[in-house]
Amino acid sequence: MTDLIAPATTRKDWASDQEVRWCPGCGDYSILTAVQLLMPELGAKREETVFVSGIGCSSRFPYYMNTYGVHSIHGRAPALATGLAVARPDLHVWVITGDGDALSIGGNHLLHALRRNVNLTIILFNNQIYGLTKGQYSPTSEAGKVTKSTPFGSLDHPFNPVSLALGAEATFVARTHDMDRKHMMETFRRAYQHKGAAFVEVYQNCNVFNDGAFDAITSKDNRPSMLVPLEHGKPVRFGPDGEKGVVLDAHGSAVIVDVSEVGEDALLVHDEAREDPALAFSLSRLASGPYSPTPIGVFRAVERPDYGSLVEDQLADAAARKGPGDLAALLRSGTTWTVA
Amino acid sequence: MKTLDRVVVRFAGDSGDGMQLAGDRFTTSSAIFGNDLVTLPDFPAEIRAPAGTVAGVSAFQIHISDHDIFTPGDHPNVLVAMNPAALKAHVGDLEPGAAILLNSDAFDERSLQKAGYAADPRADGSLSGFKVYEVPMTTLTLEAVKPSGTKARDAERSKNFFALGLVSWMYSRPTEPTFEWLAKRFASNEMVREANTLAFKAGWNFGETAEIFESAYEVKPAHLKPGTYTNISGNTALAWGIVAAGQLAKLPVFLGSYPITPASDVLHELSKHKNFGVRTFQAEDEIAGVNAALGAAYGGALGVTTTSGPGLDLKAEAIGLAISLELPLVVIDIQRGGPSTGLPTKTEQADLLHALYGRHGEAPLPVVAPSTPGDCFYTAIEAARLALKYRTPVIVLSDGYLANGAEPWPIPDVATLPDLSREFGMATEPNKILADGSEVFWPYLRDPETLARPWAVPGTPGLMHRIGGLEKSDGPGSVSYDPVNHDLMVRLRAQKVAGIASDIPLVEVDDPFGKAELLVLGWGSTYGAISAAVRAVRAAGAEVAHVHLRHMNPFPSNLGEVVRSYKRVLVPEVNLGQLRKLVRSEFLVDAQGLNKVGGLPLRRTDVELAIASQLEMLRTEGR
Ligand code: SF4
Repeated sequence: MTDLIAPATTRKDWASDQEVRWCPGCGDYSILTAVQLLMPELGAKREETVFVSGIGCSSRFPYYMNTYGVHSIHGRAPALATGLAVARPDLHVWVITGDGDALSIGGNHLLHALRRNVNLTIILFNNQIYGLTKGQYSPTSEAGKVTKSTPFGSLDHPFNPVSLALGAEATFVARTHDMDRKHMMETFRRAYQHKGAAFVEVYQNCNVFNDGAFDAITSKDNRPSMLVPLEHGKPVRFGPDGEKGVVLDAHGSAVIVDVSEVGEDALLVHDEAREDPALAFSLSRLASGPYSPTPIGVFRAVERPDYGSLVEDQLADAAARKGPGDLAALLRSGTTWTVA
Repeated sequence: MKTLDRVVVRFAGDSGDGMQLAGDRFTTSSAIFGNDLVTLPDFPAEIRAPAGTVAGVSAFQIHISDHDIFTPGDHPNVLVAMNPAALKAHVGDLEPGAAILLNSDAFDERSLQKAGYAADPRADGSLSGFKVYEVPMTTLTLEAVKPSGTKARDAERSKNFFALGLVSWMYSRPTEPTFEWLAKRFASNEMVREANTLAFKAGWNFGETAEIFESAYEVKPAHLKPGTYTNISGNTALAWGIVAAGQLAKLPVFLGSYPITPASDVLHELSKHKNFGVRTFQAEDEIAGVNAALGAAYGGALGVTTTSGPGLDLKAEAIGLAISLELPLVVIDIQRGGPSTGLPTKTEQADLLHALYGRHGEAPLPVVAPSTPGDCFYTAIEAARLALKYRTPVIVLSDGYLANGAEPWPIPDVATLPDLSREFGMATEPNKILADGSEVFWPYLRDPETLARPWAVPGTPGLMHRIGGLEKSDGPGSVSYDPVNHDLMVRLRAQKVAGIASDIPLVEVDDPFGKAELLVLGWGSTYGAISAAVRAVRAAGAEVAHVHLRHMNPFPSNLGEVVRSYKRVLVPEVNLGQLRKLVRSEFLVDAQGLNKVGGLPLRRTDVELAIASQLEMLRTEGR
């Protein structure tokens, strides 16, 4: 729809009266701004919007939105949000989480919310560090990372959150970063509009404990050569002059090539709607961390009935077949006998 | 025909022998006949323990009588043993002179070996204290079912119906209920129906014609209170109680649960009732189960989670969140033997202190415990009432014995159940006018009477608010690290729960002549054993009082006065003395314990002996 309807709310309506308490310069601020600016554009209603979070810096997010919100416990936001979304399909439920919250202590819940396709908009702030507990390595920190808990370097192989979500067959998977408000807003908009579980990884700078973790790809100068924008139906191409592109090799792996060498027609045309998540997965493997050209945008967006709707269908079907619940009849549904 | 006032029958066989089914059918026909009855299934933890071994024995005990009874019976009068392992596992429990019906076909050398018998117990004199009836059940069953055209391997599976037929003859059970059930259950499988029917009849006829049994017996109907009855297990009663609570509160039910023995049947049963708007969610783990239920409660549903001990451990953090968020939540713990995996299929009452105190911080919550399978229904409703009215998680402590045990249950008239919808309301408008005249919503502005905070569900315009596990300021509910406020909030949450004492019934003391010096104080599933023991002791002329608790936290407000008014207090429990510890610390009363933790319910005789020794001590003290 291109009709211009004046939004019923403004950014101010979406900001709560709480003083925002992230460290000055934290990437979380720009994500909050992007969301607060987006909500009026979406025509969303505050009373029908719920932000659910776990524990961590990012999980303070709900306090700053003038909506309903629950700041729950570490890792459990997807589980709590699942109950809410299933009990109340009329609401729009967001999950705000971080790399430690979603991928370490709460890894199980994230995977299951994604595979069930619960109607949730999940935003994962990935800063590759534990901020709130003051600087331990996280499940997305690069191997060898020296932190307070790894003075000799981390031995852990990191997760790639997008690969993980695709492995769980999430129906909507995207990546954006905190230095580009427009891209964030566009990505969040798509996620919001997706029916089912929408997963967005946001590269977020923690300027206190992991400053510049994404500079190699997200700084203004580096972006053209290091970010690979994914656009549905278009050849995957990047570089200041579009001189680089992505092709699938004989093994199905995505590789970077010079367009001048392979020709434009050889480039991979992005298809976010492809049922098989393998293509999106190959793209997610293009970069193993924010040091080499990294795809951003929507990796996958496919239609699959969302969990809450399926639950509603079963309830409606049961009511249609058996009639509405009759308690007296239920209590007499087993073998009964009467004592006079 | 001889008449008996009561009889205890135990069916025992290999897990695959269908003993639970035989027991179930015997139960139903006895119930329809009008006996009072109590049942106790006992199955192995392993789904398929090696066949023929003692570990793989599955049993079902039923106590039927012509008067009201409370327990499944301490010592069976009849044991049906389908193989040597079943005999070995259960012979020790039998009363002297009990009848043993053996499937003699199963007593070959290999089976004896598998059961761990060095010598054939039928020949070595070890069964001389019993009346042993050897019946070639397998052979007779195979012969009997031939007309149905069933293949030999399948035909053998009907031998539980042969055994059922034989025992049904022995105790003159009506046969119609079994035939009706077979017709319904196997409506689409004519061959199996026919085979089972033939096997049942063969068992019955064998009893009548074989002339190895002196006579059949009869156990006359009991004089139960008039009404319509159904046979109900604790887990079914809990599930129905939850359905009822949703209806009575006019709220949709949301169950978040993860399969665990012996609680899974509540999930199974609730999953059937989607036409009541019951949403059941089999979560990825225990933690997700409780968090989802809490999320649903935040959204205005009656949130419920079901589990057993190990799951309660895992749910502790989320229950703490529910206490902090002050949202209604019903947590059902079907206790089993612990610690750790413990004894999954056995009963225990050892989660009481865990339920009361098993969370970090000052985190009190109401705890209620059903006393019989049928009482599980009412206890679930009571748990929901407290949760909704006081916006708090409530723990229900059932156990493996109640879960699987069954009894005839007078079906209540739905109109007599409490209207829970009148116990709470949801916030619809701002509740605070600020100094500048603006109207706002304060999520932690409490009801002065109940101290419950308002329940404002998403979707309500104008009441948007943020809450979480961080400490909140009294009233506005914003994050607060203020020491004075934290101290106040800790006390308010405790006061809210403690205040429930004025909203629950006083304990009723069963002390017919008011002259007893000994009080037996019990809780939960020991009700049957204690009641039976108290009755027996009184019949022998002794005075003893009985109090049975449903509300474990807070205690009824007169409990201290009551326990202090007796010279001695005996607390029988299937744990090492958890209620006793509470009674001692709360009331400074030197309560004594009867504590058995064998994975089995207390026996009447255990309690009787403990009462006798307490009475003896009273006598010596008095001298
Ligand atoms: S610690 Fe890092 S992530 Fe947390 S608020 Fe500060 S800058 Fe942001």
